[in-house]
Amino acid sequence: MIAQQLPLARSLEVWSYYRKNRLAVAGLTVLLILLASAVFAPFITPAGYADQKYLHEINAFPSFQHFFGVDNVGRDYFSRVIYGIRVSFLVGFATALIALFIGVPLGAVAGYLAGAVDWIVMRLIETFSVIPPLLVAILFVTLFGSGLQNVIIILSLVSWMDVCRLVRGEVMSLKEREYALAARAIGVGPTRLLFRHLMPNALAPIIIGMVLCVPNAIMLEAMLSFLGIGVNPPTPSWGQMVSESLYYVQFYWFLTFFPALFLAVTVLSLSFVGDGIRDAMDPKLRGRR
Amino acid sequence: MASYILKRVLSSLVSLFIVSIVIFSMMHGVPGGPFDADKMPLSPAEKEKILKMYSLDKPLYVQYLDFMWNAMHLRFGKSYQSPGEEIPQLIGRTLPVSALLGGLGLAYAIPLGLFLGAFAARKPNSFADYLCTALASYTISVPVYVSGIFLVLVFSLGLHWFPTGGFAGPKTWIMPAIAYGLFPLGIIARYTRSSMLEVLNEPYILTARSKGLSEWRLMRHHVLRNALIPILTIMLPMFAGIMTGSIFVEQVFRIPGLGGYFVSSIYKRDYPLEMTLMLFITVALALTFLLIDVLYAIVDPRIRLGNKAEKS
Repeated sequence: MIAQQLPLARSLEVWSYYRKNRLAVAGLTVLLILLASAVFAPFITPAGYADQKYLHEINAFPSFQHFFGVDNVGRDYFSRVIYGIRVSFLVGFATALIALFIGVPLGAVAGYLAGAVDWIVMRLIETFSVIPPLLVAILFVTLFGSGLQNVIIILSLVSWMDVCRLVRGEVMSLKEREYALAARAIGVGPTRLLFRHLMPNALAPIIIGMVLCVPNAIMLEAMLSFLGIGVNPPTPSWGQMVSESLYYVQFYWFLTFFPALFLAVTVLSLSFVGDGIRDAMDPKLRGRR
Repeated sequence: MASYILKRVLSSLVSLFIVSIVIFSMMHGVPGGPFDADKMPLSPAEKEKILKMYSLDKPLYVQYLDFMWNAMHLRFGKSYQSPGEEIPQLIGRTLPVSALLGGLGLAYAIPLGLFLGAFAARKPNSFADYLCTALASYTISVPVYVSGIFLVLVFSLGLHWFPTGGFAGPKTWIMPAIAYGLFPLGIIARYTRSSMLEVLNEPYILTARSKGLSEWRLMRHHVLRNALIPILTIMLPMFAGIMTGSIFVEQVFRIPGLGGYFVSSIYKRDYPLEMTLMLFITVALALTFLLIDVLYAIVDPRIRLGNKAEKS
């Protein structure tokens, strides 16, 4: 980065690249619709997600009264699926944010100091990357217990590595630039150099690491919940709804289909948006993961 | 080469040792145990007897050393969940099931993934490229059980082509194998695409083109050969991944494979099985990574093993 670009100008530039990626634009559109439904959930759903208001219509098929039918304990399924968006988004974004707070400082310090610190951080990343994240997450669940809060913490513990690696690489190259040398020459200390001069320029990998983390976290949550060790009921989680209704899939297909569909669409559009942002911000990383 | 392999084997043994200690202490660090009242209603006297039978009353380090000693002699004991058989028997019964379906899945995923990726790389930003990218994104980011359910809904409940689940004959193998292969398919397609795009930008491709080589010869001899090297790295661990990757497929299609035991051994606190399986997968992965490095040296003469200055 030769001249410091204005944030607004930079965002417009990124947007002009992003706009050209049709998949990413489609993903963003779907995502905004999902986001709006999550925010306005109380206005578009007939009942709360845990209200057993329809006990006389148990397992009713989809109709105009109940778009997605009624589940086996008399809850409107459309409401549960829509409120599920909130849970998924909360898990996705909160996990990404916490993972950022673990990965960015670790990566920055490792990249800046190099040597022994870098070696330790890299071994840490390696260890976490070798064992499948799902198995690590299950181990942590037995350690901390399930529930929304714990799931978010556990998932961030298994998803900080990507952003850490990206930030490390970026800081390693940034610290050799002329402006870093110039800052050092006029007596800027290492902490100030790292956080005032290098980190603002490493914003691209940080944002990219975050947007790629969100769909991953949602997927992992759905997997944990599917195994019955994720978010606790009655909080609506798509993974759990799928696994609970799997036994009756031959009779009440809609109880499995709608949460599965929403899960697929949400994760897919998030990953299109993530890829789009990555390609627009950093053409060097195009097509890689 | 021999000294390099020896060094790698030794370092794999070290990491195996570390993994065993970490898993063992995490396993026992969790409050509660496998024979608590919430899992098995037992009287205190009976519980004590069972704890004694499984040597769970001994100090932890003794239990650890016992386990490792026995494991080195290939004695893994019995699983608490399935006390009627030795653990190797349990694995011998369930692993072939997982391996069959996983193998079938990879058998279609690898060629198809290579083809899709190569196809997409030929014409970047074309409709075909978008289609391949979208397909790859779908299979990578959407949990495999969702695809499994879509398969069941369409082909079992809608079209009545296949049974919804179970494990009885080739008719029940097809859908799980398809579901299993989706994730590797996406990963391979995506890596092939990016790896080929990278090679296509190399100067030697320009040279080859200017020599007037046919497109087919160019692809086969200059592009694919070089592009295959990084793809190899992601492909081999998939074979080890068959063991864990099938957890969800097995659950959706009700298949008596090994995958489910990875999960149940952890949350049912089935210590011997949990340790055995974790060590099993670590060994499998370590061997795979070793194999990758050796193959790398054979396939790519630019890499000289054990020489850090040239390895980058």
